Amino acid sequence: MSSTAAGSKQSTVKQRAELALNDEFLRKAVKFTTERLRSGKKSASEEHGNWDDWRERGRQIRLHTIAHLDYYLNLFADNARANGVHIHFAQTDVEAVRIALEIAQRKQAKSVVKSKSMVTEELHLNRALDSIGVEAIETDLGEYIIQLAGETPSHIIIPAIHKNRYQIADLLSAEAGETLAPDTQILAGFVRKKLREKFLEADIGMTGCNFAIAETGSMVLFENEGNARMVTTVPKTQITLMGMERIIPSFEDLEVMATLLPRSATGQKLTVYMSAITGPRRSDDADGPDEMHIIIVDNGRSNQLGDPEFQELLNCIRCGACLNACPVYRHIGGHAYGGTYSGPIGAVLTPALNSNVAEWDDIANASSLCGACYEACPVKIPLHDMLVYLRRRKVESGNGSKLESAGMKGFSAVMGDARRMRSALKIGQFGQKLVVREGGIRLRLGPLKGWNTYRVAPSLPKHTFRDRWKEVDRDAQMKGKPLDPAVQARMEAIVKQRQQGGGHGHGGHA
Amino acid sequence: MKVSLFITCLSDAFYPNVGESMVRLLARYGVRLDFPPVQTCCGQPAYNSGYWDDARKTAATIIEAFDESDFVISPSGSCTGMIHHYPKLFEHDPVMRVKAEQLQAKSYEFTQFLVHVLGVTDVGATFPHKVTYHPSCHGSRLLGVKDEPLALMQQVKDMELVPLPFAEDCCGFGGTFAVKMANISGAMVTEKADHVLESEAEVLVGLDMACLMNIAGNLRYRNKPVRVMHLAELLYEGVERA
Repeated sequence: MSSTAAGSKQSTVKQRAELALNDEFLRKAVKFTTERLRSGKKSASEEHGNWDDWRERGRQIRLHTIAHLDYYLNLFADNARANGVHIHFAQTDVEAVRIALEIAQRKQAKSVVKSKSMVTEELHLNRALDSIGVEAIETDLGEYIIQLAGETPSHIIIPAIHKNRYQIADLLSAEAGETLAPDTQILAGFVRKKLREKFLEADIGMTGCNFAIAETGSMVLFENEGNARMVTTVPKTQITLMGMERIIPSFEDLEVMATLLPRSATGQKLTVYMSAITGPRRSDDADGPDEMHIIIVDNGRSNQLGDPEFQELLNCIRCGACLNACPVYRHIGGHAYGGTYSGPIGAVLTPALNSNVAEWDDIANASSLCGACYEACPVKIPLHDMLVYLRRRKVESGNGSKLESAGMKGFSAVMGDARRMRSALKIGQFGQKLVVREGGIRLRLGPLKGWNTYRVAPSLPKHTFRDRWKEVDRDAQMKGKPLDPAVQARMEAIVKQRQQGGGHGHGGHA
Repeated sequence: MKVSLFITCLSDAFYPNVGESMVRLLARYGVRLDFPPVQTCCGQPAYNSGYWDDARKTAATIIEAFDESDFVISPSGSCTGMIHHYPKLFEHDPVMRVKAEQLQAKSYEFTQFLVHVLGVTDVGATFPHKVTYHPSCHGSRLLGVKDEPLALMQQVKDMELVPLPFAEDCCGFGGTFAVKMANISGAMVTEKADHVLESEAEVLVGLDMACLMNIAGNLRYRNKPVRVMHLAELLYEGVERA
């Protein structure tokens, strides 16, 4: 199903979701792993103690960096160059691919080993390398599985989340030419042996970048398998692709990110390997690449700069916590989103990077706006609000559905006036008589079709609240008691405080 | 002191007993609710679907309806949460924006008002049943209403409050989402109702009739005899029983 990227624009999110909803293997696998990850995150953040303070610190670091992105990018580039790194800027995906391919050709590379990188997925770099006869091998276990299956990642950090052990055993058995037992150790053992050869023969090591440190020009990788260490030490040439927003100012800021990211992603207190790479091999280094390139990719990111509704998207640290928390993602998996990035972040990022509200925005509708993504986000990106802004931009750009638009006009005409609302309810109370059975409606027709496929719709009672209001008020007052003077005083104080500009919050947590 | 009831269109039309329970319960504390009849709907369906011009029309009726109120109380965290979007909705209209901010500052979800303004956690209710609680997303995540309902429920005598597995998960309602993405929404509500059944509670209680209508609809579809009610109904019924 490498069709996800190419075929997505022809199909709708609804059609793609249908495939997932009817795939019991997928739903079980995704549910199993996201539940494990989010409960891990929950206990790791509770154990941390000051989680919300650190989230706010993380948010402030990201807000500050993105607000001064030009400054920090230049600082990073200058320092990285001083370390001997070749820095390239690519405005588009085409440009980034061209730069990477030119390096590969100049090095007469035959094979590239890759550590996990979402930005290379975004660029479809493996396909491009293949087109010039360079073999690209994914060395992250999940990515390797996906590559063998000819698919794209369905999760930002767990690319093969939608596959179970047995499916993986089948894929690896085909590669091995013998039947491998569906046992994690046996399967991982096979991949380890296989990849070891690939590491040794590769001409180029290719990585993504979790964070780029402006003050030192270092690029930092978080990983659990040690494959990124291999990729950045064995081959003679290293190419790193990084989104232009991966920057943070200093190593001090990295401490905050290193606290937030692994806990949010997998519930780990620390990632197993955290490597900071500051330039190619020096003369007294035992290993490392002789030549190191960093390609800084824009590809639609800078469109968010200066857009007050979407700039915070660039704060994302790609932990995947929003996917694990999302109830929609849990039921439909990542491929249903149709882009490189899935889940709530993907539903917003894909249209934003493409500056495209007409074609991609149907994924913005695949959300109940429950806000679980926002709550899970370690840097507090308001994805649930952004989804609404995307929907609004579609309507404002004239790409809204005609039927829905007419419906909403009707809605505001009725709901903009209490008398009209009352008349509509009277018509409803009368009209429903044909379809109400035992106080409920089971009819599967028109707008009730979807609802009543899973539910019984309630019927309208004989009297609305406003019909009953006068009687209820009179009756309640007869049985009522006087207001406690202390409460009265408190209420007056609240009103007074409000007039002086305070009094928000209401004692809640928000 | 004018304390007004923002009944919400759903409770007005489908669940009048929720408003009635609020009126009767608050009367016991000397709070006489005012009910401005010009109120309609908060406008959330239009806002969430991206039709902000239409949302502004309905939002304006709400802002006008409660112009004179000192406190505005609603039985829904989601509709109160929608009021929190009004300043953004009117960000380019300096007059309405100020009114929107004023309304936001005086709007309370029912349990917020009970706990933080009236200072009540024990309403003197008795409810001898096994109950589970679904914390609706907008109320708990966006308004931060988390401890208030628990504080109220813990004081109800003879009530066994049992945990709802994965309680914080959305029930799948999402307004027009339930219509547009009917099968995803259906999968979500089925999972939520499964968790309700797993809790073995006789009663499901919550703070938002939209979510409760959704879950109750699925339970009924599956012929599961779980009683579904708003916390205001449970508390008032418990007071009557005591």
